[in-house]
Amino acid sequence: MNSKYLPLAATIAVFLALFLIGGSLYRNFLSTLVLGNILADNSFIIIAAIGATFVILSGGIDLSIGSMIGFVGVCMAVLDSLGWHPMATAALMIVFGILFGALQGLIIDFCEIQPFIVTLAGLFLLRGACFMVTLDSVPIHHEFVDVYNSMKIHLPGRGWLRSSAIVMLISLFLGIIIAHFTRFGTNVYAIGGDKESARLMGVNIRKTTVMIYALGGFYSALAGVVYALYTSSGYPLAGSTLELSAIAAVVLGGTLLTGGVGMVAGTLFGGMILGLISTLIIFNGSLNSAWIMISSGILLFAFIVLHRFLVSSFNVKGT
Amino acid sequence: MNMNASTPRVEMRGICKAFPGVLALDNVNLTLMPGEVHALLGENGAGKSTLIKILTGASTKDSGEILLEGKPLSFQTTGEAQALGISTVYQEVNLIPAMSVTKNLTLEKTVGRFGMISWRKAREMAREKLRRLKLDIDIEQAVGSYSVAVQQLVAIARALDDDTRVLVLDEPTASLDAQETAALFDIIRDLKSRGIAVVFITHFLDQVYEISDRISVLRNGNLVGTGLAKDITRNELISMMIGRELGEVEATFAAKSNATKGEPVLVAEGLGRKRTLKPFNLTLRAGEAVGLSGLLGSGRTELTKILFGAIRHDSGTLSVGGKSVGRSSPRYSINSGIAFCPEDRKAEGLVGELSIRENIVMSMQAKRGWLSRVPRRDQERLAEEMIKALAIATPNADKPVGQLSGGNQQKVVLARALASQPSILLLDEPTRGIDVGAHAEIITLIRELCQKGLALLVASSELDEIIASSDRVAVLRDREKIGEIEGADINREKIIQMIAGDDGH
Amino acid sequence: MVTERKNIDETWLNRLKGSRAIWPLLALAVILIVDGFISPNFYDIRIVEGRLFGNLIDILYRATPTAIVALGMAVVIGTKGIDLSVGSTIAIAGAIIAWRIHAGDSHFAILLMALGAGIACGVWNGFLVAGLGIQPIIATLILMVSGRGIGMLINLFYGGTDPSFESALLQGLSTGHIWLIPTRIIVGLAIFAALWLVLRKTALGLFIEAVGGNAAASSLAGVNARIIIFVAYIVCGLLAACAGVILTADTHTSDPVSVALYIELDAILAVVIGGGSLAGGRIYLGMTVIGALVIQALTTSILISGLPPEYNLIIKALVVVFVLLLQSKNVRALFSKKAARPSP
Repeated sequence: MNSKYLPLAATIAVFLALFLIGGSLYRNFLSTLVLGNILADNSFIIIAAIGATFVILSGGIDLSIGSMIGFVGVCMAVLDSLGWHPMATAALMIVFGILFGALQGLIIDFCEIQPFIVTLAGLFLLRGACFMVTLDSVPIHHEFVDVYNSMKIHLPGRGWLRSSAIVMLISLFLGIIIAHFTRFGTNVYAIGGDKESARLMGVNIRKTTVMIYALGGFYSALAGVVYALYTSSGYPLAGSTLELSAIAAVVLGGTLLTGGVGMVAGTLFGGMILGLISTLIIFNGSLNSAWIMISSGILLFAFIVLHRFLVSSFNVKGT
Repeated sequence: MNMNASTPRVEMRGICKAFPGVLALDNVNLTLMPGEVHALLGENGAGKSTLIKILTGASTKDSGEILLEGKPLSFQTTGEAQALGISTVYQEVNLIPAMSVTKNLTLEKTVGRFGMISWRKAREMAREKLRRLKLDIDIEQAVGSYSVAVQQLVAIARALDDDTRVLVLDEPTASLDAQETAALFDIIRDLKSRGIAVVFITHFLDQVYEISDRISVLRNGNLVGTGLAKDITRNELISMMIGRELGEVEATFAAKSNATKGEPVLVAEGLGRKRTLKPFNLTLRAGEAVGLSGLLGSGRTELTKILFGAIRHDSGTLSVGGKSVGRSSPRYSINSGIAFCPEDRKAEGLVGELSIRENIVMSMQAKRGWLSRVPRRDQERLAEEMIKALAIATPNADKPVGQLSGGNQQKVVLARALASQPSILLLDEPTRGIDVGAHAEIITLIRELCQKGLALLVASSELDEIIASSDRVAVLRDREKIGEIEGADINREKIIQMIAGDDGH
Repeated sequence: MVTERKNIDETWLNRLKGSRAIWPLLALAVILIVDGFISPNFYDIRIVEGRLFGNLIDILYRATPTAIVALGMAVVIGTKGIDLSVGSTIAIAGAIIAWRIHAGDSHFAILLMALGAGIACGVWNGFLVAGLGIQPIIATLILMVSGRGIGMLINLFYGGTDPSFESALLQGLSTGHIWLIPTRIIVGLAIFAALWLVLRKTALGLFIEAVGGNAAASSLAGVNARIIIFVAYIVCGLLAACAGVILTADTHTSDPVSVALYIELDAILAVVIGGGSLAGGRIYLGMTVIGALVIQALTTSILISGLPPEYNLIIKALVVVFVLLLQSKNVRALFSKKAARPSP
């Protein structure tokens, strides 16, 4: 087998193993109901993680994801109380997300500053902006929210595919198209694989970098919209440290944190693994949520070490 | 051949390029005819890469002009140069190893519409490109999973378009075996017959004579000469590349003082490493300077690094000061009295941000361990002594080393080595990229150190330097030590003849 | 000709370098002066209950934990690394304190255990970075993600119902005072002095800067780069644990979820404001402390100016962006007509 697919295979294996473990421990676990719930509950993390996949594939990182989700949420809620239609706000926020991401990308490339630091500033800025918009949890009352949340597709068995999950699957499809069927997508892999080679092969690094972070901004803003609609509220602390979950989902999904190798589809499974872990721990009842963090950390460690030793198989150049 | 016909394909006239502290190209001219293979030769730092980068748009020139079929050119990026039919296959950076062959061949080439990629068309394009080179491989595999030879061919396939007019190949055969090289040459001949001007950069002289029509040689940023391959003998060529006329200071040392040889301090027997250097024997004695001569890629640097432990040997034995060395490492070597000055000062020699004083103290400090810090006053005294003894031009010892000129940086590397009070000193290209004055100073210094009883090894691409500084010369060819010469035998003709081999023209 | 131009560059490069230390000090001075205008009795220092009180003391007091963490971060950044897990280390150290106090250990032993936990975290990170050769951001992300969970787990060891505690020793170190001066400021100064001695009176500082500046060259010069990097992460973990003791004792409770949230970001920011480059190669201990003071002074100013504290993050972000833009070559070239400045 092509070693390129090994991390993805490992991801799917871990996902299936966790699902089967759940099935052997608890009745009713192996059902479309549980699966549908995990998909819906984690849809915003997975959406944000799809954006993060592009950023990480290019060898960068985006820490502003969680704050963006929080900021979009409070704006949705506050503008709702001013009488805006949620769809109008959503469109506005997504445009904002794209522009904000593009600005981050521009600073990263033009000023030659590590993405880590630039997006860290973005994290501070957006979280601060959240507090300036509102300090309270603000509910979203618009009837559209109920309509949105009641939309669902029946799955075989007793499960439902809810609207959040549908939006997530559509964004995943879009992400796969962008990554694998556009010149931009190929350029992302090229930059992540070897930036200098990519430059010499004629890739416009600045344009591509700006587009990568703009795409990241698009996905995190969309995640914010889904989160706000799903919870019918905006809260200025919402989404704190979600950037870590998103990055973890990407890594567990088989994408190399050093860039250049990975698949957008893997991120779905990465996010689902995180979701499965929390579901399992909640099913158990006696286990503390501490185990969610610790087991994510252990899995992260395992995958990073796996990647570390896989990387050498790609690193053919040089001696 | 239509070589004497018509206008040149490319004419580069009076090209100059300066980097901080170094004049990389000084008024260089280069003419490429349609349908010729033009070999570009020179040692590291001679200016080959810079010249090629200017030709292909990867770097800009300070002055001079480039004419493409008689018309003046100015481009800023590799993309613009490629659009004009000038393509390059770089020695190192050329493909994305983790991406498939198809993706590598079609990256940023138009396939499909609206920014979308039609992989069907892309695969067709990739196959078409590979067909030109008669290469039949699975195009869905990652490029990195193929041998270097295949990667090289894929890079060439990528560089070739229907309208390619100039193709630059930078060391394409460096990691190919004989058979692969022959296959590559067939392709080059084919390109030639299509009227493409091929620039061929290599350090293998046999290959130069096998494939090229004309040869240009660069040295220290100057064009030494251009001529038809059939008119230049091998010895002349080597002489053009490494045989600068002796300067005054060097000439005085070239007359050997018959110093008595001391005890052997380092003995290497059958030392070597697979694919790096064939096993060799070498003995270094106190008070004797051994020169290491050979062309670029002959294994000079590798031999030095193996002795120092920076490259680990996998065969043979090494003993230093009578004691046998098991697992060698730079730290072990420094502790047992070996000091090493690497060729690439910026990457391996100095910590640019740190001051002259800190750089000088480092090896000595590493030898003493972190707990027993050299007191500041001693550091300053040592730095002052070294600055004076080696005539390092600096206002004070606290200046960051990165801001010094090349020659002064080299002296700091040397100072650091000397400060660790070694009994064996390994110098790799001690005079690379430094001006004539500093050059003579360093040669003088080498002789003085030798007289003080140090055992020296000097690897150099400059023949005169070897002749001036060494009591004994070890000659390398194609990653193998082929012999030693001593005393009165050390002269240009003898060394050139050894490097050229018996089949010299 | 070439050398002449080089000399001119050097003098104004040196001036620029000299001014590098000026900027953070100037920023601190400006903030404090503005504060004086906003609140006329800003500079007052009085004695209440046998200790000093006042805005200036308050800034020092509150900045101490961040400054201690930032000093460790400066060491790691000096090796061209980064440590994202300092917040998690603090959470773990805090949880161990609460746990062992409930178990009834001697408080001095508990102090050592907390510091030992910090060292253990450093060993883990050092193992990943220096041992396995994983990029620092990625390697320390693992402990960052799981560390707070480990803290919560430790709290469960004694039921996790009541993680609050009293300890004369630990709270003395954190909120107490000796003579008139808050103890934590003294602790902070002692740590600063000890670190300075370790870095500058042994060769460790030189080795760290050499490895961060050029790992290949330092190895060839005989420096054991791996061990040096390892030590840097241990120092960072240890200092984070020191801050953990102060912060945990301050709140009298172990709260792994929210203790020192975002402190890794503040610490990195302090190093960057203090002129440290994330590209490694230099450690500025004093300037790092100034950086931490700038951050705290900003926060305090926002408080006393009557602006809602929510502005804090935004202003911090703008400061980061400003500092970064100032350091960027391309941006300076944009604003300077003498754009062509050769890089050394």
